[in-house]
This record gives sequence, structure tokens and C-alpha cells, in this order.
Amino acid sequence: MSYFLQIFQLLCLNVILAASLNVINGYCGLFSIGHAGFFAVGAYVAAAASKFWMPEFAAAQPALALIAVVLVGAAAAGIAGLVVGIPCLRLTGDYLAIATVGFGEIIRIILLNTESVGASRGFPGIPLLTGEWFPFWVVLFTIFSLFTIHRLMKSSTGRAILSVREDEIAARSMGINVRFYKTFAFVVGAFFAGLSGALFAHYSQFLHPSNFTFMVSVMVLLMIVVGGMGSQLGAVLGAVIVTLLPEALRFSETLSSIRMLIFGLIMILVVLWEPKGLMGLYFRFARPKKKVSA
Amino acid sequence: MTTPLLDVQDLTIRFGGLVAVNKVCIQIQEGELVGLIGPNGAGKTTCFNMLTGVYEPTSGKICLKGVDIHGQEPHEISAQGVARTFQNIRLFKSMTVLENLLVSLHRERGYSLVESILQLGRFKRRENEMREKAMEILRVLNLDHRADTQASSLPYGEQRKVEIARALATSPKLLLLDEPAAGMNPSETAQLARDIQKIRQDFKITVLLIEHDMSLVMKICERIYVLDYGQLIALGKPEEIKNDPRVIEAYLGGSVGGTHA
Repeated sequence: MSYFLQIFQLLCLNVILAASLNVINGYCGLFSIGHAGFFAVGAYVAAAASKFWMPEFAAAQPALALIAVVLVGAAAAGIAGLVVGIPCLRLTGDYLAIATVGFGEIIRIILLNTESVGASRGFPGIPLLTGEWFPFWVVLFTIFSLFTIHRLMKSSTGRAILSVREDEIAARSMGINVRFYKTFAFVVGAFFAGLSGALFAHYSQFLHPSNFTFMVSVMVLLMIVVGGMGSQLGAVLGAVIVTLLPEALRFSETLSSIRMLIFGLIMILVVLWEPKGLMGLYFRFARPKKKVSA
Repeated sequence: MTTPLLDVQDLTIRFGGLVAVNKVCIQIQEGELVGLIGPNGAGKTTCFNMLTGVYEPTSGKICLKGVDIHGQEPHEISAQGVARTFQNIRLFKSMTVLENLLVSLHRERGYSLVESILQLGRFKRRENEMREKAMEILRVLNLDHRADTQASSLPYGEQRKVEIARALATSPKLLLLDEPAAGMNPSETAQLARDIQKIRQDFKITVLLIEHDMSLVMKICERIYVLDYGQLIALGKPEEIKNDPRVIEAYLGGSVGGTHA
């Protein structure tokens, strides 16, 4: 398979990841940086599903099997989100961030010590379901994820989630069950992170706990910060930049060796000058704010 | 006598050693417009916070139409018909005025999650009905031309009015207004007085009002409760309150020292 097709699929997976973290961090205003944990749960559960639980079905009906295992992986991550969310969402701000980092690391260390999924040797032999049609399914799932999140945010439930970010006390007094909607946003974010993980498992056909380090969570956070928190389009653009930039830098000998440096620099510049990311730039220059006439 | 809409008995809250509100009793009948006044730090907003479930009282009873609401969460109390505004404006700043009101209507959405994602069935109809209801409230308060404006870019006086509109959108029986005239100029305050009387009739609600602007309180309130250092020191008609020596003392200081000019 060609290099560009590989990168394109990776890009789609990152788009789903960024969009899912954006639900938690951008829309609901919760500071979660344990996204690699949900990504890992989705990946390992889906991989186990297609390798151990339904290998015959996967061989006979690869397309249906792919849909099934991806949904199973996503649901498992969603349940993980619920289990982590109920106790952790009593915390706010930095404390929540620390708890979610802890969760991500716990998942990785559990995987590193679970013999049935290969422990530190990794998890090989995950079938590439649907073969050469796989990229098509990746695109389809990406569209499904973006569409679902978009429609969700356009509904009354979406407004309830936003109101929690805007002002928790006011939201409660207006009849919004803040604890429920925080947990709900967390579960939705975890679900789509798991969906991305499930696709990743079948894309790479080999999983290793080192695929799910804290750096992965930071990269996803970087995507939504660069793109602009609380904007779906921003999350997509951020994912595109953070995925493609290191690949573009690969072509230059000198630049490729310092690409992480360039990343750090971009992060600093964005936070210093345009905290709302690319979407902030867009709103500043392309669409001047509607003035209120007195 | 009928059951009062709001019946507060011996409401007390302690923060450590400080008794912020001490054995306060308030009865409000349906349809009344009642004022709650007192010097800074008297415990008025703390009272509101207990009535809306933000703080849990140390002791005492809060009954709404005879039902004890002690220990309920703010969103549960909101569902039973208590809405409020905030002293320091707490709008959903980056949302539009209309969206601010739609958040309050969330409880009435009447469609499921699947319907909202597929935008099928009841979704469009219910969304339109919610928008129409929100616009109606905005029209009453002359804010309909601001519906699509971002809340944070409104002038201060209008932000206060949007807070009232947002509270009204929860379809309350009892509306708690926390210093609605703060920061308003005299003409805005006069307009506010007309607005409060208007919404009271149009929406058939009972109003409890915290306010420092005495001209407003004396003009529109039928009864007034006066708090000082967490204790109820007077209650009565505006005329009685104006001439009550204890109230004058609370606001201007005792006459014993005679330091006031």
C-alpha cells in the first residue's frame, strides 16, 4: 500500500481522535489529557474481538465484522469513560487533568502486563478486515463520527453541554443536570476515541503498549489547541497540521531531525499569540464580529 | 389561609463559626411581589443560594407549595418552578441571546438523542416551538432584536435583562431577582420597574427581589423583608419599613454615638 494512502488513513484516525477530545475539552470545558487510554481500550478490545471472538465470522463477512468490532471497541471505551468519569468528574481543572493522566497510564501498564494480549511483546496478527477496501471504511467511520458529533452539538443536549462550559452555577440554576452532562460528554468523547482506536488496531495490524503513551494524549491535545478549542472544524484542521507537518518535514534531512523542536515552537507561538488557534485567526481576519449598535 | 407558595422556616446557615443567616422566616403568597433588603453582607444572596439549592442550609425548612425542597440539587429545584438571576451576571457568554434562553428550555425539549442526531420526527418541530417560545419572552422584554447577538457583546443593562429572560424561560412559579438594577442608570431602572410588573402579570409569577435601589423597591414591592447581620429585623409594607427605627439604624448606624451628620 502506498505511503500516501497510509498517511491519509492515519490522518483520518487523528481527525476522529481530535474531534472526540474536542467534545470533552472544547465543548464541555473539562480538562482531560488521558485520551490515549480510551484510544488503547478501543484498540485492544476491537483487536481481541476480531482475532479471538469471531475469527470465522471475520473471514466470512469482513465488512460486517469490521463494523461490529469497531462498535464493540468504541462501546468498551465508552464504558471505560463512564467508569472513569463518575468518580473523576467530581474534580475540576488541574486535578481532573492529573486524574485522567493517571487513568491513561494505568491502562497502558495493565496492557503491558496482560499476557493474553501479548504483554510487552505486543499484540500481532490482527486481520486487515475488508483488505483493500479498508481505507474506504476508515473514511466512512470518520464521516460518521464527525456527523454524529456535529448533530449532537446542534441539539438541545449540545447546548446543555456548552452551558456547563460557560458557567456551571448558572447552568445548574437553569435546570441543567451538570454532573450528568459532564459524564455524558466524557462518555461520548471516550466512545469516539475508542472508535478511532478500533480502526487503528486493524490499520496497523499490530498493537503495542508503547503506541499509547502519554505523548499520544499530548499530541491530540496539541491538535485541538492548534485548531482552536470548541470548534469541530478547528479540531479537523489541527489534526491535519499535526499529522502532516512531521511527514512534510521528513523530506528535509536537517528539518526532520529537529521536527519535535518545531512542534514545541508552534505550540508556544499558538498559546502566546492565538490561544483560540486557527479558528481564532479565522474569526479575527476573515469574519469580523458583528457590531452591536446601541 | 391558603398554603403559601414559598414558606421558609428558621432558615440558618453557618460557615465555620460565622452564622451568615440566622433563623430567617419568609412567607410569600402566590402572585406577590416581595422585596428583600439589607446592608451589604446581610445575607440576602446567601438566602437566595439556599432557596435555589446552591448552598445547603445548616437547619431550617424551605417549602415550595407545601413540599419540602431541602437537600435537592439546583436543577431539581429549578424543575419545581424556582428561577433566579445573579448579582454578578452569569450569562453563557459565548452563546447567543437566543441560545441562552434555549438552555433554560432544555427540560422541555421532548425529543430523544437519536432524533436529534438524525434530525427526524419531533426534532425540527420541537426546536421550532422552543425557539418561538424563547422569542416570545424576548419580545416581552424588548430584546427580540438581540436574539442572534453574542451575549457577552451586549451592553450591561441588556445583559441584566437577558438574565431575567433566561430565568423566565424555565417557566418558573417563583422568580428570584438578585439586584437586577445594579449598575443601571435611572431611566434604565424605571424601565426595569415597568418590566418587572409586566412579566409578573404576563407570566403570572411571584417575585422575590433583592435590591439596593430603594426608589425601585419602595415603588414596586408590596411587602419588604429587611435582613441585617443574617437576622430578620423588620417586615412590612414599604411605608412601615421606611419609618422603622431599626431599619434606619441598620442602614445609617445607631444614634447613640451620634457620629453621623
